[in-house]
Amino acid sequence: MTEQIKHEWPLYEVFVRSKRGLNHVHVGSLHAADDEMAIRHARDLYTRRNEGVSIWVVRAADITASSPDEKDPFFAPSADKVYRHPTFYDIPDTVPHM
Amino acid sequence: MSFDNAYEAVSEANDEARWAFGTGFEDPLAGVDTTLPTGVDGEDLAAYCLMLGDDALIASHRLQEWCTHAPELEDEVALANIGLDLLGQARLLLTRAGKAEGSERSEDALAFFRDEHEFRNVRLTEIPNGDFAFSIARLLVFATWRLALLQRLADSKDPVLAAIAAKGVKEVTYHRDYAAQWTVRLGDGTDYSRKRMQTGLDAVWPLVDELFAPHPIERQLADAGIAVDPAGLRAEFDDVLAQVCTAATLTIPDAPPRAGVSGRTGRDGVHTEDMGFLIAELQSVARAHPEATW
Amino acid sequence: MTTTELSDLERHFERTIEHDLRVEPRDWVPDEYRATLIRQIAQHAHSEIIGMQPEGNWITRAPSLRRKAILLAKVQDEAGHGLYLYSAAETLGADRGELTQRLISGKQKYSSIFNYPTLTFADVGVIGWLVDGAAICNQVPLCRCSYGPYARAMIRICKEESFHQRQGYELLMTMMRGTKAQRQMVQDATDRWWWPSLMMFGPPDGDSPNTAQSMAWKVKRHTNDELRQRFVDMTVPQAEALGVTLPDADLAWNQERASYDFGEIDWSEFKQVLRGNGPCSAQRVAHRKRAHDEGAWVREAAAAHARKHREAVAVA
Repeated sequence: MTEQIKHEWPLYEVFVRSKRGLNHVHVGSLHAADDEMAIRHARDLYTRRNEGVSIWVVRAADITASSPDEKDPFFAPSADKVYRHPTFYDIPDTVPHM
Repeated sequence: MSFDNAYEAVSEANDEARWAFGTGFEDPLAGVDTTLPTGVDGEDLAAYCLMLGDDALIASHRLQEWCTHAPELEDEVALANIGLDLLGQARLLLTRAGKAEGSERSEDALAFFRDEHEFRNVRLTEIPNGDFAFSIARLLVFATWRLALLQRLADSKDPVLAAIAAKGVKEVTYHRDYAAQWTVRLGDGTDYSRKRMQTGLDAVWPLVDELFAPHPIERQLADAGIAVDPAGLRAEFDDVLAQVCTAATLTIPDAPPRAGVSGRTGRDGVHTEDMGFLIAELQSVARAHPEATW
Repeated sequence: MTTTELSDLERHFERTIEHDLRVEPRDWVPDEYRATLIRQIAQHAHSEIIGMQPEGNWITRAPSLRRKAILLAKVQDEAGHGLYLYSAAETLGADRGELTQRLISGKQKYSSIFNYPTLTFADVGVIGWLVDGAAICNQVPLCRCSYGPYARAMIRICKEESFHQRQGYELLMTMMRGTKAQRQMVQDATDRWWWPSLMMFGPPDGDSPNTAQSMAWKVKRHTNDELRQRFVDMTVPQAEALGVTLPDADLAWNQERASYDFGEIDWSEFKQVLRGNGPCSAQRVAHRKRAHDEGAWVREAAAAHARKHREAVAVA
């Protein structure tokens, strides 16, 4: 029974280099059936397909670790999807707490 | 992080890289001459923009319907991305159509206040989603065809169409790849999934020929170097489909094309019965409040 | 493990919390801390995923292409938030497949707010303004939660929520400048969502047995009533700027407390919805279950395909 309800796709850890000159940084994880799918999902989910971003994926089961290695996720959204950016919305300064 | 003002806390400094506050957004038409090319009939150019724009708008609509129904959460995100890309292409093309016909009808006037027979999308885009296999088969066919088309359209003599196409090529390459990967996984997955994938492909196939049948306006504008004659895309399409189907252990269907009505099909505004329901849903709120602004 | 070893571990955990340091995935934590966090993060993830439904309901009908793109992107963000959160839960040893089973079998809850229906397009705006606004009040303090992966997921989520809220508010402002029918839609949606938004902060402090332990562990940073008051104080001036009336006759500025007084929440409705009898409770879970069940053959096919190809590579 436990075997049946186990998630069918393995867990992958995702590392992103948001721009040249920076290291790859761990940003989170996802599930994928294979490496190609993992890269694709990582691009959709963690970079919103911003070009110029380099992604590594590795199966969580293949990582040997001595200590936690999480970092803050920061990366640029697709530059042309302006509705993703808070400044796209014209809210007058007089509205409080916006 | 201060709790005095939750909004200050979430808009703290140092997130320029993520949100690009105040920086310019990429406008695909930045620096592009938007005046109409000389010697081209505005009505024809508008009709052509509507063809490609409606294809994108209606294909996007069907992808939007997948939202909250996808087989896995990661695919929710992927399908929404594809839907957003196509919606973006539709907006640019509809805007261009309004400009070209000289009416200055907005993208919304064209999307929400045209009647069904004025939509010029191919019928492939409008038929209902079916199961995941059918939707993937449709996306594979649509994206393979559209990518071949946009690659050529990037050389259009209309700088606006060329710019829209150049942007679209990057996006649709990704769509085709997504669909191809899923076709291979489902085709070469389990016996059950192979059957369903083959069934999906078989169901899509009768609407393939229509994609390559040029409308007189397409042919005319293609001669003028503005548009792409879809008839010239078939070889590339067949080649890609053959490669994907081989990898997916699927058979290219041998199904006869679906007829039109007195020879007229989607490009002529003659659609399937399903189209009316789609349009009714798409336009319901906008038409209930024609004076409203959103 | 000897008693000494265990108490060493406990001391180390407590010191980490005391010094406001983050607990990280491979650290030893008390079982109850782990269980509390998994439950909280999972419920939060479920809320994001179920929360896609009420707004997703309007994507195909959005009355302008710009609003359609905004809404589709927003609902997509919610799927992303769900994934970040499931991912955080998995660092504690939970399995996403099991958490999904608990959601679709009704064993694990999600935010009750999503058991209310979205009846007009104005609901899209009001959800952004009030529901996302309330969520931000709840969630900003979680960016300092003691569990590192959860806190980091919350930072990202809060940033996105804050512009979802702006999107919602901007839609409402545009509608208030529009036709009379549009203004009525906004008022009607505000009337329907105001009280459920206040319920999002949970039962009153006197009736919230787990709050003390969660605060000691710095999983929770403020009590339900504190957060609710904060939300009311922020929202009243926004409603005034918008030109809508909040449906509470007792709402009034209290000079002494420098806060707004507000009326009694109908806790019997809260409990009814919590028990699974909300207007859309059955529908939301059934929808999620159907999508999951109908996707089973697809997930299985992808896994089978990957297996075949790994074996092929191994043989070669």
